[in-house]
Amino acid sequence: MSVYLDHAATTPILPEALSAMTDQLGRVGNASSLHGSGRDARRVVEESRETIARALHSRPGEVVFTSGGTESDNLAVKGLYWARRAEDPRRTRILSTPIEHHAVLDPLHWLGTEGAKVELVDVDQVGRLDLDAFRAAVESDPESVALVTVMWANNEVGTVQPVAEVVEIAHAHGIPVHTDAVQALGQLPLDFAESGVDAMTVTGHKIGGPYGVGALVVRRELQPTALLHGGGQERDIRSGTIDPPAIAGFAAACEIAVAHQPELSARLAELRDALVDGVRREVPDAIYNGDPVDRLPGNAHLEFPGCEGDSLLMLLDARGIECSTGSACDAGVPQASHVLLAMGSSEEFARSSLRFSLGHTSTRADVDALVEAIAPVVERARSAGIATRSR
Amino acid sequence: MRVLAAMSGGVDSAVAAARAAEAGHDVTGIHLALSRNPKSYRTGARGCCTIEDANDARRAADVIGIPFYVWDLSDRFHEDVVEDFVSEYAAGRTPNPCLRCNEKIKFAAVLDRAVALGFDAVATGHYAQLRTAADGTIEMHRARDMAKDQSYVLGVLTQEQLAHSLFPLGDTPKPEIRAEAERRGIAVAAKPDSHDICFISDGDTGGWLSEKLGSSEIGVNRSGSIVSTDGETLGTHEGSWRYTIGQRRGLKIGTPAADGQPRYVLDIEPVSGTVTVGPRSALAVAGLSAIRPRWCGAVPDGPLECTVQLRAHGDEHRAVVLVDGDQLSVDLLDPASGIAPGQAVVVYHGSRVVGSATISATRRAA
Repeated sequence: MSVYLDHAATTPILPEALSAMTDQLGRVGNASSLHGSGRDARRVVEESRETIARALHSRPGEVVFTSGGTESDNLAVKGLYWARRAEDPRRTRILSTPIEHHAVLDPLHWLGTEGAKVELVDVDQVGRLDLDAFRAAVESDPESVALVTVMWANNEVGTVQPVAEVVEIAHAHGIPVHTDAVQALGQLPLDFAESGVDAMTVTGHKIGGPYGVGALVVRRELQPTALLHGGGQERDIRSGTIDPPAIAGFAAACEIAVAHQPELSARLAELRDALVDGVRREVPDAIYNGDPVDRLPGNAHLEFPGCEGDSLLMLLDARGIECSTGSACDAGVPQASHVLLAMGSSEEFARSSLRFSLGHTSTRADVDALVEAIAPVVERARSAGIATRSR
Repeated sequence: MRVLAAMSGGVDSAVAAARAAEAGHDVTGIHLALSRNPKSYRTGARGCCTIEDANDARRAADVIGIPFYVWDLSDRFHEDVVEDFVSEYAAGRTPNPCLRCNEKIKFAAVLDRAVALGFDAVATGHYAQLRTAADGTIEMHRARDMAKDQSYVLGVLTQEQLAHSLFPLGDTPKPEIRAEAERRGIAVAAKPDSHDICFISDGDTGGWLSEKLGSSEIGVNRSGSIVSTDGETLGTHEGSWRYTIGQRRGLKIGTPAADGQPRYVLDIEPVSGTVTVGPRSALAVAGLSAIRPRWCGAVPDGPLECTVQLRAHGDEHRAVVLVDGDQLSVDLLDPASGIAPGQAVVVYHGSRVVGSATISATRRAA
């Protein structure tokens, strides 16, 4: 058995989600068909939609099923930008942060090549959006802002973003706000209605649900321009045959994740603190990145000066301990994390980090195994670091 | 042993990794990311540097059943191999980047890191054989398949490096390796052999160098004259880096030689940009000097009767080598032709590699 400390990448499926999914896999019925089998499939989808809406405090009609986080982010960023600009051609600016997931940053970059003016407002050293700078960016010319997109909590360093304040500033000028809440769901209290955000990305496999299914929760008043044209199955915003087994699994996971969130968060925060304390006891010069308090309870992002993150990862992997360098991977080619660079880290330091992320199956034994292994691993990686460092 | 198998995504390194694993070693596969901006897909027949190659290497590792990682050595590769390649051409020499990569990257940066991480050896898909002599010295010999022999590009390895190296393919002809890859279910069995220079993706070395040197501050003339051995100007060119000694094609000289024979590049003077051309007979080399020697084992003592190889897949020449500190003086008993400074001279005793050095000057046959 491996020690799995990479729940931010994906998390083991919950038994309830697995059975909800497998119950549906053997059944026939296109949810868009008009006969009995179709109606049965549709019923599973709509009950799942209601379950998710209840869990996230949204209306069922606001839940648009997608293939996951990346599609939801693309739909929100591109779709809302296109729709808002179509209403008023002056709206060419998009405000965001440099620490977004690539599923947001890359669509933004692409829109930039298509004429959008993308402004990434600075974050501070712990990776939290600079609200004064954000307010100034909005107020410099609010009419020209098509969209604001700020993630709920960062996937690499775990820092929670001031989404409520962002919403307040943007809404004062009628600007819609999208948030990528993929990492936050199940780890932080998430209330779509109360948050005031206009669109929110969530996905199944980060909360004990299946891969390949997620949702964009988007207020009914907003109609993002579709990315996928076809049957118009999901509010005409998203086309493609609906996937009842995946959606049933997602709903089962979502319901449990939200119901257990307060208890899970408390447990994970305690485990996480034990992990950080234990690692820093063994490796005193390890640096704890991100906001020490206002962060995802399951996230521990640590920098080990003098080590290459990928050496550490490999040595831990050889001991059955699985974690992440927390950086974007292009076919496994490690790159210095754009998040750490945006937080003011040097390229060298940005390559010295590991992300340990805890989730619903994490135990004290996992943490103890890491703490026991870390000192010799760091020592070894440090001596290897010198070998490949650029001169 | 704990073995790190360097996997390019090609068939040779995949079979090498499989053989190391089958021999009972604890093998971990790595792919070296050497390009700063990897292309998604291979163009032509190059054995590395694209994401597709990394994926091929990963699939081979899956099939073999070993862990696999990508190591980013693009910065080191750029500094030690690419920049060196450019400056060597700028100086009118003809470097061999594969030797340089073996010396500085695969059997230095990678090997050092591997040893530091607790590995005992690095295995590669090079065709060469290692044998342990009676006194414990590790000897490197030519591969059994002379058509694939790569001992030339490994001639820079020292005893210390050889002691941590494994070349599992050296005893097998290439066609058998392909068949073995097929048998093992390694999907890249049909992939073409890599050749040319891995970091020049379209194979156009002259064009690539023009991009790097055309606007350079290194003091290379963009253009210059093509002159005969008598000093007569025969034409002009756009960058001396486009030429290599012994080159015949692409000279674009309007006036034919008096004797009607083809002309060859004899000399390149990069500062003035002068490229000298002349008859084939003027390319004959009777001896050469070389610098920066690297010895696989003991340094030869006194004149060494041996054979030398002067380019990858080149002929063997009988020679007498005299070592004087960091200088080598080589008398060729069999004349060679078109030898360019910058290339490596690799010294053999029978099939055994003695060492190598970088050619600094050649001595024309009388």
